[in-house]
Amino acid sequence: MTQYETVIGLEVHVELKTRSKIFCHSTTAFGGDPNTHVCLVCLGLPGALPVINKSVVEYAIRAALALNFQIAGFNKFDRKNYFYPDMSKNCQITQNDLPLAEHGYLNIELNGDTKKIGITRLHMEEDTGKLVHQGSITTTPFSLVDYNRAGVPLIEIVSEPDLRSPEEAYEYLNKLKAVILYTGVSDCKMEEGSLRCDANVSVRPAGSTEFGTKTEIKNMNSFKALQKALAYEVERQIEVLEEGGRIVQETRTWDEEKGITLAMRSKEHAHDYRYMPEPDLAPLVIDREWVEEIKRSLPELPDDRKERYVRDYGLPAYDAMVLTNTKELADYFEACVADYSNPKAVSNWIMGDLSRLLKANGTETTNCPIRPEQLTAMLRLLEKGTISGKIAKVVFEEMFASGKDAEVIVKEKGLVQISDEGAITSIVEEVIAKNPKSVEDFRAGKSRALGFLVGQVMKATKGKANPELVNKLLKERL
Amino acid sequence: MITEKDVDHVAILARLALTGKEKEMFTKQLNDVLEHFQSLKRLNTEKVQPTAYVLPLRNIYREDQVGDHISLEDALANCPDRDENYFRVPKIV
Repeated sequence: MTQYETVIGLEVHVELKTRSKIFCHSTTAFGGDPNTHVCLVCLGLPGALPVINKSVVEYAIRAALALNFQIAGFNKFDRKNYFYPDMSKNCQITQNDLPLAEHGYLNIELNGDTKKIGITRLHMEEDTGKLVHQGSITTTPFSLVDYNRAGVPLIEIVSEPDLRSPEEAYEYLNKLKAVILYTGVSDCKMEEGSLRCDANVSVRPAGSTEFGTKTEIKNMNSFKALQKALAYEVERQIEVLEEGGRIVQETRTWDEEKGITLAMRSKEHAHDYRYMPEPDLAPLVIDREWVEEIKRSLPELPDDRKERYVRDYGLPAYDAMVLTNTKELADYFEACVADYSNPKAVSNWIMGDLSRLLKANGTETTNCPIRPEQLTAMLRLLEKGTISGKIAKVVFEEMFASGKDAEVIVKEKGLVQISDEGAITSIVEEVIAKNPKSVEDFRAGKSRALGFLVGQVMKATKGKANPELVNKLLKERL
Repeated sequence: MITEKDVDHVAILARLALTGKEKEMFTKQLNDVLEHFQSLKRLNTEKVQPTAYVLPLRNIYREDQVGDHISLEDALANCPDRDENYFRVPKIV
């Protein structure tokens, strides 16, 4: 069988979280009763004139700078004409030939390697309304239209065809989301549609420099769906080629339930949008000073922050990457290490127990019931030997559930580590008396038997005995 | 040169059902338009910048503030067909 190379490019739409829409003063709030977040402009009534929201331009520049783009000095908008009821004015205002930004890139990491992914362009446009269908979409003769979303500001970010696997595509989208979240211009919620992703996919014989025929995949509503849909599509295309067929250039939709991509009605001919400059919007000349000012206001971005964690805190690159993936988690980590000087210990607890509990409870980092100073107070109890590592995990769960301080929980539940030799000695002697077989095994050279005996002592003390002391006392008596 | 086939294509995009007579008429009219541009093309425009905007306006911004919405009844007042809060239109696939 021929070896194939996968070629993927992603088109990502991100809703900007301005208060009002891109060309009018209607709210951008998500949801709301249908057709209540509308005005004359976003309903496209005759004579209503659009005026650009300055914050949209600012947010778009902010995102573009964070993605290493060059910002164009001259900007204009264009009408993309089409007849479909999701826009009442029969066109969508977008930027066609002169996008706001070009030549961006992102670094992604996969299996420890860093790869630079080119991003072709970023432009501003308006979101469309939503069509709702009652009953089955195939049999109902009507579409119901809600224009609440029409005119919500979007940026469209188009990558180069630089992605070589579904995993790379996943990492790219993940990093793109992380960077945009850092800039604060969008909440990037795939489930609410504020982050949406389409993919162009093709395959070609390994070593070939020409692109194969591509298909466009739509309707992937989660990160998982993206990876599954791409993996399916790559396999499908290879199968077609192996059977001597050819790939048809078409748009396909991901069917989450069936786990397959399906050809949508062929729209090749519909890509005739008769773009024209939007005459109702004056062109924008972006002042260099403004761009510089926005650049200065950007926060430290994930790559820089990650580098700093490795350099200043001596963390492994992997830890640094996980911690900096969201601004909130990185801020949490920094609040902890400001107060406790063992960054690796902090990192272990955040990446391990804390992340697990956050995920299991569906809690956002910003709503974490354990405050950074509570986490570090617990680490101090651990360091002083007041509690054992095992007990710390129990205490931590309780802290997460109740929001109480570690010290309070330790007192309430009597979890203080037993480091009193006399108390442990009597238990050690009891365990030795009850387990003559293990004692014999140990004396015969089976070191594993010691572990069993330590375990018995820990069990008898409900995990509270100081393990080092138990080891020492057992060895003395054996 | 615009053919009847081009007119068919544009009619599909515009969701128009044209009769044979109309197709013939539009084919001729569209060709007349193109011909008009041919005559414009004879002008020397070497020293003229491509112009999309005739007014010397630049950077007309509005501040990001939410204003009043129009009422649901006003929003739906002119629509030929509705279903509760929604505009109801023939399904297009």
